[in-house]
Amino acid sequence: MAECLLKAVDIYKSFVGVQALKNVSFEIHPGEIHCLAGENGSGKSTLIKIISGVYSPDSGYMEFGGKNYEKITPIDAIQSGIQVIYQDFSIFPNLTVMENLAFNSELADRRKFVNWKRMRQIATEAIAKINFEVDLDALVGSLTVAEKQMIAISRALMFNTKLIIMDEPTTSLTKREVGNLFNIILKLKERGIAILFVSHKLNEVFEISEQFTILRSGELVATGNTSDLDSNKFSYYMTGREFQKKTFIPQHVSEEPIFQAKGIGMQGAFQDVSFDLRKGEIIGITGLLDSGRTELALSMFGIRPIDVGTFLVNGKEVKLSNPQVAMGNKIGYVPEDRLSEGLFLTQSIADNIVISEIDSLANKIGVLDHMSRSAEIERWVKELAIGTPNPDNACQTLSGGNQQRVVLAKWLALNLDILILNGPTVGVDIGSKHDIHEILQKLAEKGLALLIISDDLPEVLENCSRILVMKSGRIVADLDAAQTDEKTILSYMM
Amino acid sequence: MKTTITNTLRKLSRRNEPYIFLVLMLLCVLIEIRSGQFFSSNNLVDIASALVVPGLFAIGAFMVIISGGIDVSFPALASLSVYATTKFLLDMNYQGGVWLAILIALALGAILGAFNGLFIGYFRLPALIVTLGSSSVFKGVMQGALNSKQLTIIPIGMKDFGTSSLFIARNPVSGLTSRMPVAIIAFLVVLFLVYFMMRYTMFGRGIYGIGGSETSAHRAGFGVRNTKFIMYVMVGMIASLAGVMRVCMMQQAHPTNMLGMEMNIIAGVVLGGTAITGGRGTLLGCMLGTLLIVIVENSLILIGVPTSWKSVFTGLLIIIGTGVSAYQVSHMNRVRSAKTPAKEVVA
Amino acid sequence: MKNTMKPLARFEKMYASDRHLWRLIIMIITWMIFIAITRFSKFYTVLNFQTMASQFPEFGLMSLGVMLCMITGGIDLSVVGVANFTSILMAFLLLNLTNAAGGLPGYAIPLVFALGILVGAAAGIFNGILVSKFHIPPILATMGSGELFTGLCLALTKGNAVSKFSRDYSHTINNKIASIVPVQLVIFVIMALIIWFLLSRTVFGTKLYMLGTSATAAKFSGLKNDRLLIKTYMMSGICAALGGLIMLANYNSARADYGTVYTLQCVLIVVLGGVNPIGGKGKISGVVLSIILLRMLETGFNRFPSISSYYISLIWGGVLIIVMVMNYFTENSTRFVKRQMQKQ
Repeated sequence: MAECLLKAVDIYKSFVGVQALKNVSFEIHPGEIHCLAGENGSGKSTLIKIISGVYSPDSGYMEFGGKNYEKITPIDAIQSGIQVIYQDFSIFPNLTVMENLAFNSELADRRKFVNWKRMRQIATEAIAKINFEVDLDALVGSLTVAEKQMIAISRALMFNTKLIIMDEPTTSLTKREVGNLFNIILKLKERGIAILFVSHKLNEVFEISEQFTILRSGELVATGNTSDLDSNKFSYYMTGREFQKKTFIPQHVSEEPIFQAKGIGMQGAFQDVSFDLRKGEIIGITGLLDSGRTELALSMFGIRPIDVGTFLVNGKEVKLSNPQVAMGNKIGYVPEDRLSEGLFLTQSIADNIVISEIDSLANKIGVLDHMSRSAEIERWVKELAIGTPNPDNACQTLSGGNQQRVVLAKWLALNLDILILNGPTVGVDIGSKHDIHEILQKLAEKGLALLIISDDLPEVLENCSRILVMKSGRIVADLDAAQTDEKTILSYMM
Repeated sequence: MKTTITNTLRKLSRRNEPYIFLVLMLLCVLIEIRSGQFFSSNNLVDIASALVVPGLFAIGAFMVIISGGIDVSFPALASLSVYATTKFLLDMNYQGGVWLAILIALALGAILGAFNGLFIGYFRLPALIVTLGSSSVFKGVMQGALNSKQLTIIPIGMKDFGTSSLFIARNPVSGLTSRMPVAIIAFLVVLFLVYFMMRYTMFGRGIYGIGGSETSAHRAGFGVRNTKFIMYVMVGMIASLAGVMRVCMMQQAHPTNMLGMEMNIIAGVVLGGTAITGGRGTLLGCMLGTLLIVIVENSLILIGVPTSWKSVFTGLLIIIGTGVSAYQVSHMNRVRSAKTPAKEVVA
Repeated sequence: MKNTMKPLARFEKMYASDRHLWRLIIMIITWMIFIAITRFSKFYTVLNFQTMASQFPEFGLMSLGVMLCMITGGIDLSVVGVANFTSILMAFLLLNLTNAAGGLPGYAIPLVFALGILVGAAAGIFNGILVSKFHIPPILATMGSGELFTGLCLALTKGNAVSKFSRDYSHTINNKIASIVPVQLVIFVIMALIIWFLLSRTVFGTKLYMLGTSATAAKFSGLKNDRLLIKTYMMSGICAALGGLIMLANYNSARADYGTVYTLQCVLIVVLGGVNPIGGKGKISGVVLSIILLRMLETGFNRFPSISSYYISLIWGGVLIIVMVMNYFTENSTRFVKRQMQKQ
């Protein structure tokens, strides 16, 4: 085997009594695509921060390019050729592409003055390295996520880079953009640059990486060749649990549809969309990020009203012009971005659960009935098994899976007929994901009508009875989940 | 050819300065038509001289707002440092030039600015709270410890500086004359220096960077704490300089009559297109916005609007000005979010 | 041993439950002890407490309004403008109602209060619309409307004071109920109780805190954000109007530039009271304590004639910064531990 680019040996790290990393050792070789996987809280980000010098380990050491480091400073790390691309890409949305590209190298050169000509030159060279074309004078805030990422990658390549660490780089990229990113990663590999790819998505780990390392609760559980890994092993390593796949078969589906869309359209987003949804069934809507699926979801909850067509609830035409009307028609919506749209992170779990039904917990003049409020909270914490010692704790103390349960509780408390879920398990651990799927299937059995919008194909296939595929704002396929597979769906999506 | 023109136009229409310039011009022309006095030489000189103090304050407020902060303490800071300076020079019976007054005031301004910078930069406390507190502290020191009273006599050097003029403009019709104060040079020098700093130094770009994303600035290697600290020191110095200019031009030191200016100054900066959330805005726009406020305050009398109505107009100006730009932002977001998927449909 | 530990531990728990509140209480008590030792006879008199209680409601009421807005993540810088606008309009009304004998008809004072509250509510609704429908950042919207209201005051009065209306108004408001409790205090207490009730016992209060925490999440939870904001600014307008009506009585006149220092002072009080300017957090108890602390400090200082009363502003600003720095240190340590706990 060729010499090691990076070798981490017996790394220990703890924070105020919490052991974040225990005895972790692994190595990366030049030009290797290495995937670092693990659930939230497994110690992935601590490990990245130790490699890049943000934290120093309690014990253990690192070897980089043949040199031993007890600990490494951020500057040492950059000089030894380590670059980190964080999830937020570390960009300045208010500045131009040119400045975003040139700042780091200008600062590294300790320049005091700005030479706009030189900045432009640096920026042009930087994007040329990966054949990326972009208007250098555009504000970065106006670019797409993928373009921002390309800027972060170009910027990372400006130094004598040997290792690029990418923290969950595919979050919020479309399928096509992910393909693009992987192509670039492969090109970087050809140039001998190693990539440490942090992810918890199974298919990505298999598609791109050659080596993998999986952490669980701060300990290294497996490291080796990706070719020796299969999906069962992967989820077992990640969670320490074995899962049985339980494909959803709807029972007691109502005769009459409870919710219908007839020829609805929204300018610039989707056109001519029609479908029926019955009680007791789960429908999946899938498509690429830009297929109009998100706008369709928002229109059903009245956040962005439709321009043409009609919605029918229980056969009666309704105008879903705002969320209050949608809620009045017993429609709930679990949003895509849990942290900003779904939850009030700093407020208590209790208030997060009751906020939408709060008017029904009060008398006519709006005075809260504390008895029924706490009864309601107790009920939902128990029913959805929200793991908290005290519902008065802030919502941000919960894990991703538990947070998503709080969002579900908020809507279930309203006693809805129809629940629309947009990406119900984005950023949720495999274990919690499994539990949430179980909850959703139980809800359908109880007679709720569910609509899952997701680009996680295994998720749709397992949980939905019918799958609608969207492309360029239209529904291009209506498939029976039992008789289709990922390949077929993908062929309609692309 | 046509596309480049429309491109330039589109780029211009995305910026705020053309709009504010248009409004400014409209107002000027309106006043000119109604009074025939606006573009007279003496009125223009009057406006220029009225711009000196608010202009200097606005430059400081601009830097702070760009960095994502807000400063409501600069009038108190300026009052304290200029009062202390004047009092000190009077007590030592100083007979020399104005330069010593400026130097002392700049030094005091730097110290007081460092006070703000310490808490905002190093303790990372919210700028609004710190400057509210510090403005109270500065006022307390001035009125309590220094026992401030109105000083009707100011040191001779300051007096001379205040009365000396670059040139005198004379209106041939009305026969009124106006002096162009030397103080305007101080304003122009600061304006140029800050313009250069904000555009051509890494420090200035760092202020923009911090206003855009503090985390990114930190990761890119900007010394966020130091940058903020030094910036507040500079803002303190600029505010103190404005205080000295004001005392010189008014020929007396009134401890409290600058207090309360902060609202209109901030309004001017924001009217000029500086985002209150930080990161976006140009010094040119900031000056246009300040000029707009200054003209409303000084020239409405020319078209027969009684002075007692000027606050009504300033208030309306702030509401309409910020309302329009807020509407633009929300409109742009809507258009953008509607457009992104549409692009895919075409492709 | 056990017996002595228990109350201490309980106190520690109580202190930890709301450090900020307890710090304010400790400061008030310390100051009261200090005054008791040094100036007991001059401070601890019924008259002195009555004077304090009749002075603080004017800015106290305005602070309550600012607090409500700050909980939603906004701010109201127009309170003084609204207060003066109300008091000037009502002063004109009183002038018209004053009869030849210099008296007022019986319905005059209720009418003034009713109309005053309406004016305040209308001004507040105006602010609320600017903030919610036009999406103007609250700091700018209320700064502009404050300037606008002050401007209207100036335009209406040409900068002069409106006075010479019947003294009956001032006498009534300056009255003491059961010759002990000043009417101003009663108005303040009623308003404070209403707001306390709204915030802690009603749906409106919960929604307000949620809206202040995240407007986006509030929208996605089906809250009527616009209406909530308009109601909040309306409440703030009403509080400011009541403050204005008390100023009208305390000065026995109305003028466009009364109480201009109150704008920033109110923000200061509210922040010191533990309300987070980002929104979503804050209790009325903290704000009331902060108002009391301010008044105690100021009046206490006046009992030392040798010390300039202007020092009060120095102390006031100092206290604000010190409290914030203390919060910074405690919060930073607890936040760090919490974050690590979460990771586990």
